[in-house]
Amino acid sequence: MVPQVSQLLPGGDNIIAWIFQLVFYALFVAFIFYGQRIQMYIMLREIESRLARLKFIRDEGRKMAISTIKEIGKPQEDPMERVDRFLEYIAIAPQSMDPAGIVWKLEHVLDVRDTRFKDEVKLMAPEADEAQLNNLENTLEAALALNIIYKVIRHFYLLGKKTLSLYIIMQLQMVLPLIMREAEAYASALKAFATGQPIGDGAGALVAAKLMHGHEKRRIAKDIVAATVPIEGRIAHVLKSEGPGGNVGKPGEGIRQIIEETEGKIAAIVMVDAALKFEGEKPGDVAEGVGVAIGGPGVDQFKIEESVLKYKIPVNAVIVKEDIGDAVSPMRKEIFDAADTVIQRIKRLILERTKAGDLVIIAGIGNTIGIGQ
Amino acid sequence: MAETAEPAARRISSVYLVIIIVTFLLSVSALFYAADALSKNQNLSAGYFTLIGSIGLALSVYMLLQTQRKPSRVTFEMPRVITTILCQKCGFKNIRDFQRGDYIFKEAEPCPKCNEKMMIASIYHEVKEKERLG
Repeated sequence: MVPQVSQLLPGGDNIIAWIFQLVFYALFVAFIFYGQRIQMYIMLREIESRLARLKFIRDEGRKMAISTIKEIGKPQEDPMERVDRFLEYIAIAPQSMDPAGIVWKLEHVLDVRDTRFKDEVKLMAPEADEAQLNNLENTLEAALALNIIYKVIRHFYLLGKKTLSLYIIMQLQMVLPLIMREAEAYASALKAFATGQPIGDGAGALVAAKLMHGHEKRRIAKDIVAATVPIEGRIAHVLKSEGPGGNVGKPGEGIRQIIEETEGKIAAIVMVDAALKFEGEKPGDVAEGVGVAIGGPGVDQFKIEESVLKYKIPVNAVIVKEDIGDAVSPMRKEIFDAADTVIQRIKRLILERTKAGDLVIIAGIGNTIGIGQ
Repeated sequence: MAETAEPAARRISSVYLVIIIVTFLLSVSALFYAADALSKNQNLSAGYFTLIGSIGLALSVYMLLQTQRKPSRVTFEMPRVITTILCQKCGFKNIRDFQRGDYIFKEAEPCPKCNEKMMIASIYHEVKEKERLG
């Protein structure tokens, strides 16, 4: 070997040292020019494995929905085709260029969607009763959500692979852990919905059910029941969605109805709902504040805000903290136990904020699956 | 209930296999040269080749094991949900696994102690979590 060159190599004059040196330089050059691409392939591989898991969860969801429909609904024909069609359903949001009146348009679209879903489920499961139909609808909606999650992730994965855009792939890889959590939550929701188990989101409904249990109930709005309950010398109109089928009802309509019936003579409204906790907080922790505690697309929140503004009624919120997984999976003991804490908070709140003989509204918000009244 | 699925068997690319073999052969040669250098009292070179050889060997073995590793089984676990049936009169409790059709405040079978109608008082699942911060 040329002496000057051989000095570069620790092994001196031998071929292996040369090879090592060449491999080292080749790797160095490869990483300079293809480092980003190598990184991209590693990310794509990671996304691919998670996508496979999402596909598995989606397929299991579909299978579970079909088997539950067969078991409960006893359909004459195979519901597979109908379920597959259901899983592809879309609801197009109203145009928002001129936002005036958009809430009512959105409400209409949601009503049509709901009616359509219910009709579809009735056709799929003719033998199911009302509560079972609601549970089946929830099951199918969870399966539909899983299908959409899978398709969106697959779309961006394929798009990233096709365009080799680092930014698409990187964004997908960064957001995937959160998406996986959500998908796994829906997977566990499926079983709960299929069998009619109470879920974490039902914390508000559970509180209302405990308050109204043993009192006469009446239906005041679509899928909403109310009872007049004496609490701490006040008259409380307690309302919740009608259980035990999976249902959120229209609490906005229910509250508006009570406010109008009493001509706005409501001293306070207390809304109880499950809310997302921060990481590090314990599930089942209770917090209170003001404002309309309700999730969903915003129609009910808008309606309640309109009604309370008209009569200047103070709105209080009591929330039960939980994460997204707890919200749609079978109710955890901590969340179940939080219902009693919430009731104590409500009693203290109305004692402090209202006078004896006042009318108050207590609204338990959330999916009432597995919770009677 | 836990359902599992076996993902499709992993295919090994031929390029990947060639890389593994080349790395392995180079690593073995490096170790051989390390031994040779040591016998000639070239301690620095021996150390250098031993280091490269060991790293290369470990890397190739790791890569080989990765190709042989069975893909992790995907699980679909269902939590155990408990139903508590309570007698309002005597406080008798019956705790059992959740059954389809159970719901909170549902009237259940008569109490075996006082024959009063019992009621489903709670349905929940207990999560046994590892010690966590906060």
